[in-house]
Amino acid sequence: MPNLKDLKNRIESVKSTRKITKAMQMVAAAKLRRAQEAAEMARPYAERFNAVMAGLAQSVGDSDSAPKLLSGTGSDDVHLLVVMTAERGLCGGFNGNIAKLAKTRARELLDKGKTVKILTVGKKGRDVLKRDFGDHLVGHVDLSEVKRVGYVNAQEIAKDVLGRFDAGEFDVATLFYSKFQNVVTQIPTAQQIIPASFEADEDGEETGTSTLYDYEPSEEAILADLLPRGVATQIFAGLLENAASEQGARMSAMDNATRNAGDMIDKLTIEYNRSRQAVITNELIEIISGAEAL
Amino acid sequence: MADEMQFDLVSPERSLASQKVTAVQIPGADGDMTAMADHAPTITTLRPGVLRIEGAETAEYVVTGGFAQIKADGVTVLAERAIPRADMTQELLDEMIAEAASVHKSAKEAKEPDSNAVDDAVKLVADMVAMGGEIGLSSQQPSL
Repeated sequence: MPNLKDLKNRIESVKSTRKITKAMQMVAAAKLRRAQEAAEMARPYAERFNAVMAGLAQSVGDSDSAPKLLSGTGSDDVHLLVVMTAERGLCGGFNGNIAKLAKTRARELLDKGKTVKILTVGKKGRDVLKRDFGDHLVGHVDLSEVKRVGYVNAQEIAKDVLGRFDAGEFDVATLFYSKFQNVVTQIPTAQQIIPASFEADEDGEETGTSTLYDYEPSEEAILADLLPRGVATQIFAGLLENAASEQGARMSAMDNATRNAGDMIDKLTIEYNRSRQAVITNELIEIISGAEAL
Repeated sequence: MADEMQFDLVSPERSLASQKVTAVQIPGADGDMTAMADHAPTITTLRPGVLRIEGAETAEYVVTGGFAQIKADGVTVLAERAIPRADMTQELLDEMIAEAASVHKSAKEAKEPDSNAVDDAVKLVADMVAMGGEIGLSSQQPSL
C-alpha cells in the first residue's frame, strides 16, 4: 500500500504540472489569435498576387522565352524539399505530421531514382529528418530568435532557395507546411513552388484575369521581376499558416494534457482518501482489540 | 467633382489603405504615371518612390518594389514595402539605401557577373537616393 505522504507528494506534483499546461494553453490561445490575424491580413496580398500571376503566366507561359522559374529546367531529377516546422515542441503531432509527409515524399522520390535535397526551416523538423535523411540535408534556416515571423524572414528563405536554383542545384522545389483549418485540424500540405504553378482559384477568375491589360514594361520583364517575389510570397503564406497551426496544435495538446492531469488528480485523491480511511480503521481495530484483551 | 474610384494599398503583411480616391500617382518602373477613373487596364512594376493619392483625403506613401494593377474602376498597389510618408525617417532611408548597395555589391561579385543584374542594382540605388531627395531627407549616394 502506497505511503500516505508519497501519495500527497504525487498529487502536489500533478497539480503543478496542470498549472503549467493550463498556462501554456492560455498563452497558445493568445498567440493563436495573433497568428490568425496575421494570416488573415496577409491573404489579400497573396490572392491578388496570384490572380495577376495566373493571368501573366497564361499569356507568357507557353513561349520559349518564359523564365525558368515558371517553365522549369526541363528535367525533374533533383528535388529540393523545403520542410517548415516549429522551433519548439509540446504541440502534439504538429511537427511529426509535417516531417512524416516530407519523409514519405522523400522515399517516393528516392525510389524513383531522383536526387533529394532537404532544406529545413525550424529546429524540430531538422531533428527528425536528420535521423533518416542526414545525408540529404543541405541547409537549415534558424528562426528561433524570431518572435514574430515577418515578410523579411520569408524573403531570406526565398533568397536562399532562389540562389540554389540559379546555381543549378535543383530542378523542382516543394514546400512542406501545415495548413491551418481550425484549432483541432491542421493539414500537412506539400506545395510546389518551383517551377511556379498558379492555379487560378475560383475567386481569382472573377476579379477579371480575362481583362486585357497593358503591361509596362513588357510582360516578360514584369514576369521576371515578379516570379522571385512570388516565391517569397508563397513562403510567407506558408510561414504564417504554420505559425497559426503550431499554436492551434499546441493549444489542443495542452488542453488534453490539462484534462488528463485533472483526471489523474481525481484518481489519486480517491486513492489517498481510501488509504487514509484504511489507516484510521486499522488504528481503531488495534485500540478496540487492545481494550477487549484487558 | 472628378469621378471616384477604389484604391487599395496592400503589403505582404497587411492591407494599408482602402479608400475612394480621384487620382493616384504611381512611381512606375518606366516613369511616373497618374491613374484616374476609367484608366485603361494596366499592370506596371514599381520603382522605389513616392505614391501619392488624391481624393477626399490626400496621402503619401513611400513604396519599394511590387506592382500596381490599374482597372477602370480602381487601382490596387501591391508593394513589397510601404511606409506612410510621415513615418519615414532618416534611419529607415539609410537602411534601405544600404540594402540596395549590398544588392549591387553581391551582383557585381557574382561568379558570372550578369550585366543586367548590376545595371538593375545601380538603378535601384539611384532610385532610392532620388526618392530620399524627393521627400526631403538627405541621402548620400553610396560609392559603388
